[in-house]
Amino acid sequence: MSATALLEGLNVVDFSQFLSGPYCSLRLLDLGADVLKVENPDGGDLTRQLYLSDTKIGRESTLFHAINRGKKCTLVDLKRPEGKRQAVDLIRGADVIIQNFRPGVVERLGIAYKDVKKINPKIIYGSISGYGPDGPWSNLPGQDLLAQARSGVMWLSGDRNAGPVPIGVPVADIMAGAHLAQGILAALFRRERHSIGALLETSLLEAMVDLQFEFLTTYLNNGRRAPRRLVSGSAHAFQPAPYGLYRTADGHIALAMCDLTSLGDALNINALNEILGGDGTLLEFSLRDEIQKVLAERLGTEFSDSVVSHLSSRGIWCAKVLTWEELLESATFKALDLVQVFGAGKTSFVRSPLRIDGSRAAVSGMAPEFPAERTSSQASRKIQDFPD
Amino acid sequence: MSDLMKPLSGLRVLDFAQFLAGPVAALRLSDLGAEVIKIERPTNGDQCRSMVVNDQRLDDDSLAFHTFNRGKKSVEANLKDAEDLARVRGLVRESDVMIHNFRPGVMQRIGLSYDDARAINPRIIYGAVSGYGTSGPWRDKPGQDLLVQALSGIAWLNGNADDGPIPIGFAMLDVATAANLVQGILACLVRRGICGKGGLVEVDLLSSAIDIAFEQFTCFLNDGHIQPRRHELGNANPYQPAPYGVYRTADGHLAFAMTPLAKVADVLKAPEIVEFPQHEAFSQLNVIKRIVAEALATKPTDHWLNVLESEGIWCAPILDWRDLVKTHGFDSLNMVQTIQSPNGSMARTTRLPIRIDGEVMSSSSAGPALGADTAAVLGQKRASE
Repeated sequence: MSATALLEGLNVVDFSQFLSGPYCSLRLLDLGADVLKVENPDGGDLTRQLYLSDTKIGRESTLFHAINRGKKCTLVDLKRPEGKRQAVDLIRGADVIIQNFRPGVVERLGIAYKDVKKINPKIIYGSISGYGPDGPWSNLPGQDLLAQARSGVMWLSGDRNAGPVPIGVPVADIMAGAHLAQGILAALFRRERHSIGALLETSLLEAMVDLQFEFLTTYLNNGRRAPRRLVSGSAHAFQPAPYGLYRTADGHIALAMCDLTSLGDALNINALNEILGGDGTLLEFSLRDEIQKVLAERLGTEFSDSVVSHLSSRGIWCAKVLTWEELLESATFKALDLVQVFGAGKTSFVRSPLRIDGSRAAVSGMAPEFPAERTSSQASRKIQDFPD
Repeated sequence: MSDLMKPLSGLRVLDFAQFLAGPVAALRLSDLGAEVIKIERPTNGDQCRSMVVNDQRLDDDSLAFHTFNRGKKSVEANLKDAEDLARVRGLVRESDVMIHNFRPGVMQRIGLSYDDARAINPRIIYGAVSGYGTSGPWRDKPGQDLLVQALSGIAWLNGNADDGPIPIGFAMLDVATAANLVQGILACLVRRGICGKGGLVEVDLLSSAIDIAFEQFTCFLNDGHIQPRRHELGNANPYQPAPYGVYRTADGHLAFAMTPLAKVADVLKAPEIVEFPQHEAFSQLNVIKRIVAEALATKPTDHWLNVLESEGIWCAPILDWRDLVKTHGFDSLNMVQTIQSPNGSMARTTRLPIRIDGEVMSSSSAGPALGADTAAVLGQKRASE
């Protein structure tokens, strides 16, 4: 049985668009499921026209292909009686349904869990919202940056005076999709044993809270002392020195948690021992800005490669900060075999982040083109048509 | 939900992992109903027990240990001791899943590699976490979150154009890696239900870092390998056009998501923006964002939220944890639960971020004392033989 066949024969009917839901179905696809995107005839998934930078593959945005490779597509107008009948047929043949409409929309469209369960009692129904099924935020747009803004995460990265620093990847969408995939898979396992379906729900905000859970737990138990970023080189609001990034003569390096005395010895910094008062084992949290400053001055005169190799040879946890181009050239990245070139256009895709039985699922197809007879109306749609 | 109806009830997971990614994966399985047994070395156990941050402890162990290991059992075993190893191999026979995050090669030397484990139990599902995969020159580097952030290029996506690399200020990649491991393990459990055989799931922090950035990385790969250029101000994603980002207001900050330029010009009463056609929202993003920033800086956050939200524009206030935990929005998620140790010590932490059949999966146990279940688990085993 090949790595891609874990979920062979499993039918996922995916009503979601943008990233969170489609990321979930992408993970299920890479595990071997068949994924059918159900799109509205009026242009379909808005990501088809959403361009990051100005790249395009064929008629669709690169982004759309990245998220929807290997899936199939069908057009259903859920607001029309004919579309509702089509939806019933799709639901009847599905094992898993995914949706990420705002709360209330699936009820109006007649594809809420309670409706779907009547058609297919063993259905596994996965739902992603912005802020949970109820509460005062439930009707707000479930958008990644906005969920990050509300989650407190923007005060954990960057230097103390930087203001809020968002995470530059759509991490709320991706983690919510990852959690939904976990819930769906767990429910599939339960279905095998108990022959029952399930409703799985998560939200962007729950995913963001979970992502921060280690130190949010600290915060909830330490009298709610606010996390404090470093003045400079900040990489963690809660880790003592030297944890952080440092500029070198030709770039940057990262230093993780390590024994300061060993670090001071390795770099011949007497000043470090003075700050530590001779007791290098004391990782004095309150002194971290001072320690960091001494290290920054010293490391500023070193070249990244030589200092990383020197420190690593002494067992100190450090790494050079790479760009993507530098990463691509590394033998380790090549060995991971994470990128696959696929299709007539030789498109490079990122493959599944996990390996099963020693192999990584292969890219199985491009994203589905929007059915041809509809492309004229699709082409006329622009970013202005984003839903509210 | 009754314990019996939890999805993974009746499954046994052996957690050989320390610190973060591995134990968090096992924590998810525990919240989903599995019995999780930590296998810890004698005397000190999981190193995380002594990793005390901010003086936060619960009983004798760090709060972080309880955060990652609540609800689990603990068995002390010295894997270098033949007798202990034989007992642990016995446990492997009776378990469904095992998880480790030793560096590549360590479990082979111990005699608990995947091949060893499936020789004992062909149905075992074996999850392994590494920093950089099992081959390649970095395989022996420490698989530590910040170092992987540095090597994966993602430190160049956060912060503004003039900043150096900005890492994400907490161990985000460990949490993402755990999510990937859990998906692989659960999918293998589904397959096992059909064909009876176990499986090997391998994840690594570097692949997980790229996966989190897969949209942007795909653009990079297909767009002539142009290094992503962070915005000059308020960057929130180098690949998003104006006005996407964060802005200062007269009394705070505001996040502004994708909005057509004409609409931005209209609500901010900034006619200069009308000059820019929509297709320049990316190429002229810094110029446009400066105009947006000037407009937003003139009035307080609440003013803008009222104006923008009434126009259906995607925006949000930027909260810190203090603000967040006071909101009804946060309360209504029911994300916080209280855990309690056998000694009665209590702490508050978050729950599994999934609801099943409308119910949150909560668990009230703290992490186990080191070796708390050694006798019960190994004794049980002896009795069953």
